[in-house]
Amino acid sequence: MMELLQAIEQMGQSLLGVAWVPVWTLVKIVAIVAPLMIGIAYLTLAERKVIGYMQVRIGPNRVGYYGLLQPLADGIKLMFKEIIIPTGSNRFLFVVAPVLALMPALAAWAVVPFADGMVLANVNAGLLYILAMTSLGVYGIIIAGWASNSKYAFLGAMRSAAQIVSYEIAMGFALVCVLMAAQSMNLGDIVHGQQGKAGLFGWYFIPLFPMFLVYLIAGVAETNRAPFDMAEGESEIVAGFHVEYSGMAFALFFLAEYANMILIAALTSIMFLGGWLPPFDVAPFNWLPGLFWMLAKMSFVLFLFLWFRATFPRYRYDQLMRLGWKVFIPLTLIWVVVVGAWMQTRFWLW
Amino acid sequence: MPAMAEIRNYTINFGPQHPAAHGVLRLVLELDGEVIVRADPHIGLLHRGTEKLAETRTWLQTLPYLDRLDYVSMMCNEHAYCLAVERLLGAEVPLRAQYIRVMMDEVTRILNHLLNIGTHALDIGAMTMVLYTFREREDLMDVYEAVSGARLHAAYYRPGGVYRDLPDRMPQYVQNKFKNAETVKRLNEARQGSLLDFIEDFTNRFPAYVDEYETLLTDNRIWKQRTVGVGVVSPERALALGFTGPMLRGSGVEWDLRKKQPYEVYDRMEFDVPVGVNGDCYDRYLVRIEEMRQANRIVKQCIDWLRMNPGPVITDNHKVAPPPREKMKAGMEELIHHFKLFTEGMHVPPGEAYAAIEHPKGEFGVYAISDGGNKPYRIKLRSPGFPHLAATDEMAKGHMIADATAIIGTIDLVLGDTDR
Repeated sequence: MMELLQAIEQMGQSLLGVAWVPVWTLVKIVAIVAPLMIGIAYLTLAERKVIGYMQVRIGPNRVGYYGLLQPLADGIKLMFKEIIIPTGSNRFLFVVAPVLALMPALAAWAVVPFADGMVLANVNAGLLYILAMTSLGVYGIIIAGWASNSKYAFLGAMRSAAQIVSYEIAMGFALVCVLMAAQSMNLGDIVHGQQGKAGLFGWYFIPLFPMFLVYLIAGVAETNRAPFDMAEGESEIVAGFHVEYSGMAFALFFLAEYANMILIAALTSIMFLGGWLPPFDVAPFNWLPGLFWMLAKMSFVLFLFLWFRATFPRYRYDQLMRLGWKVFIPLTLIWVVVVGAWMQTRFWLW
Repeated sequence: MPAMAEIRNYTINFGPQHPAAHGVLRLVLELDGEVIVRADPHIGLLHRGTEKLAETRTWLQTLPYLDRLDYVSMMCNEHAYCLAVERLLGAEVPLRAQYIRVMMDEVTRILNHLLNIGTHALDIGAMTMVLYTFREREDLMDVYEAVSGARLHAAYYRPGGVYRDLPDRMPQYVQNKFKNAETVKRLNEARQGSLLDFIEDFTNRFPAYVDEYETLLTDNRIWKQRTVGVGVVSPERALALGFTGPMLRGSGVEWDLRKKQPYEVYDRMEFDVPVGVNGDCYDRYLVRIEEMRQANRIVKQCIDWLRMNPGPVITDNHKVAPPPREKMKAGMEELIHHFKLFTEGMHVPPGEAYAAIEHPKGEFGVYAISDGGNKPYRIKLRSPGFPHLAATDEMAKGHMIADATAIIGTIDLVLGDTDR
C-alpha cells in the first residue's frame, strides 16, 4: 500500500514537477470529501432506520433493497426542486448563507486523522483550527435567519447565536483538558498520547470523564440536534432559520448539519475514545486496520446522536442557556484545575 | 432632537398553518423577545354550523354530526346528544345498552388521552411518544370499527340504546404481499374470539403500555423542566374560567360528572378520580395518565358484566327505535313504524333538556329544545375546549414561545368542537 503510494508520488513528481503538489492535494481532498458525502447521505438513511425501529416502524424500505437507494432519490428530488427566494429577502446573503454553513463543516476535516498518518494536513495547531472552523458554521445559520426576512427564521437565528456562544465556551474548556492531558494540539499526537499497554483504559475518557460528557452534549448542542434543536424547533418556530429555503439551498443546510454531526463524532473518537487505536493491542483486535476502529467509534457516537433524538423532549431556550452557563462552564472550569493538579501528582497514569 | 425609533413588540401568527396548532387554531402571539406578552386565540376557521344544521334535520340525522365535533372522542359526543334526546322523550335505555355505552365511553377516553399525551409530547419534542400511543390507538380503532363499521365517525349510539349488539367475532387479517403468514398469525392472535375477548386482551396489555409511556416521560428531567410550573391555574381561577375535566382536576378541584351526577351505570362502577396539586401542565399530564388507568379498570368491569348478561341493546319503543328487520318484513305494524321512522323521523315531545357527560376533555353538554316536531327547535352544544382555549392568554402570559406549544398541548384542543 505504502509502496504503491510512494510510486504514484514519484511518478507524479517526474511528470508534473511543481504542479504536482496541488494536484495531489486535490486528489486527497476528493478522497476525503467524496466518502464524506456518501457518509452523510447514508447517515440520513441510518437515522430514519434507527429511529424507525425505535418507534416500532421500519423506516424507508421501498426504494432499493431495504431502502438503500432512498438517499439517492431524496438527493435527486431536492436537486430538481425550485429554489424559492422570498421577495423581501436579501438575495445575496440568502444565497450565500447555506454555502457559509456547509463550507466550515467540510473544511474542518482537513486536520482529522483517520488512521496513523492518514491526514490531509498534519498541522500542529489542529485543535485550534477545529475550534475556529466549528464556530464559523453558525454564521451561515445567523445570516440565513436574518436574510430570509421571516419572523420565524429570525427567532431561529437568534436562538442559534445565543446557543453557540454559550456552548463554545464549555466545549473549549473541555478541549483544554484534552490539550493538557496530551500536551499537544496536534490531533494525531493526541491519539498517540492515548496509546499504551492499558488499551482502552489509556483513553482520555477515563480521566476526563466529565469532560467527555460535556463535550458530547455540547457537540449535540453545536450541531443543533435534538434535544437542543431549538434553532429548528419544528413545533415552536416551524423550521427556524431554514423555513424559507427550498430545493438544493435547503439541502446544503441539511448536508452541513450531518457533516457537523460526523465531525463531532470523529473528534469525540479522536480526543476521548482513542481514535484509530484498538481497544486492546492484542490479537485479534489489532488485526483490524486503524481505520476500522476509527469508523466503529464514530458510528457509536453517531448512534448516540440518533438515540438522543428518539428519546428526549426538546429543551427550552432559557433552560439550555442555564445548562450551558450554570452547569457546564463551572464544571469545566473546575475540572481544568483538577486535571492540572492531578497531573502534578504521581497518580496521573495517562 | 432625532426621533427615537419606536420599539414595538413582535407579533407572530402561531397557526393556522403550524405544526403544533392542533388543527386550525390561529394564535396571535405578541412577543417581547421570546416572552409572550399577549396570546390571542382566533377561532372559527373550522366552524361548520353544526347547531344550525341540526335545526333542519331530523333528530336522528343530527347524530352523525356530533361525531365530527370532537373528532378524537366521537362516541362521547354522541352520548351527550342521545342522553338529551332521551330526557326529552322520557325513553328507557336497556341496561345492556347502558353498559355498552359506558364501556365505549371509556374506550373513547383512552383513545382521546392517548392522542393528547402523544401529541403533547410531540409538541415538546419527544417524538417517539406519538408513535407509541398511536400503536395502541390502532387497537381501539379496531374496536370502533368492529362495533360500527367506521374507525372514526362511528354513529353507534342511538336515542334509546345503541345501534346493535357487540359482534361475536373480530375481523381477521389476511395474508398478502406485505404481510406474511407469521405476521398475520401474530396480528390475529387476539382476534380469535369475540369483540369482548379482544378488548379484554387489550385491557390486560394496556397497563404495561402506560408504564412504558411513564418511563419515557414522567421522570424525564427535560419533560419535567418543560411542564412543571408552566401554565399554572389556581383552583379558584380554574372554576372562574369555566374549566372542566382534566384541566379542572389538574388544578386540584375534585369534580367529575361520573361521580357527582352519575349517568348510565357509572354509579355501579368502581374507579378513582385523580386530582392534581399544582395546576400546571405536568399535573394535568399525570391526571390524564391516571385517568387512562382508571378507564381501563372501568372497561374491565363492563366486560365482566356484559359477558354474563345478554339482552336487548335498544329500546322496544318503536316510536323511537326501528323494529327488528325480520319483524318489519312480516308485520304491518312494524312496517308502518319503520316507514314513519325513516321518512319523517321520531317526534319528540315539546320541552327543553340539558344533558352533560364527563367527556374526556371536560363537560360536554347538549341543550336541546323541542317544539314537538321531528326536528330540534334549537340545539346548543357546550364544548369543553372553548373555555379552555379562552384561558390561553392567562396561562401563556409571561412564558416563552416554547411554552405556548406546551400549553396548547395541555388544553387538549380539538378545533372541531371549539368552533362547532
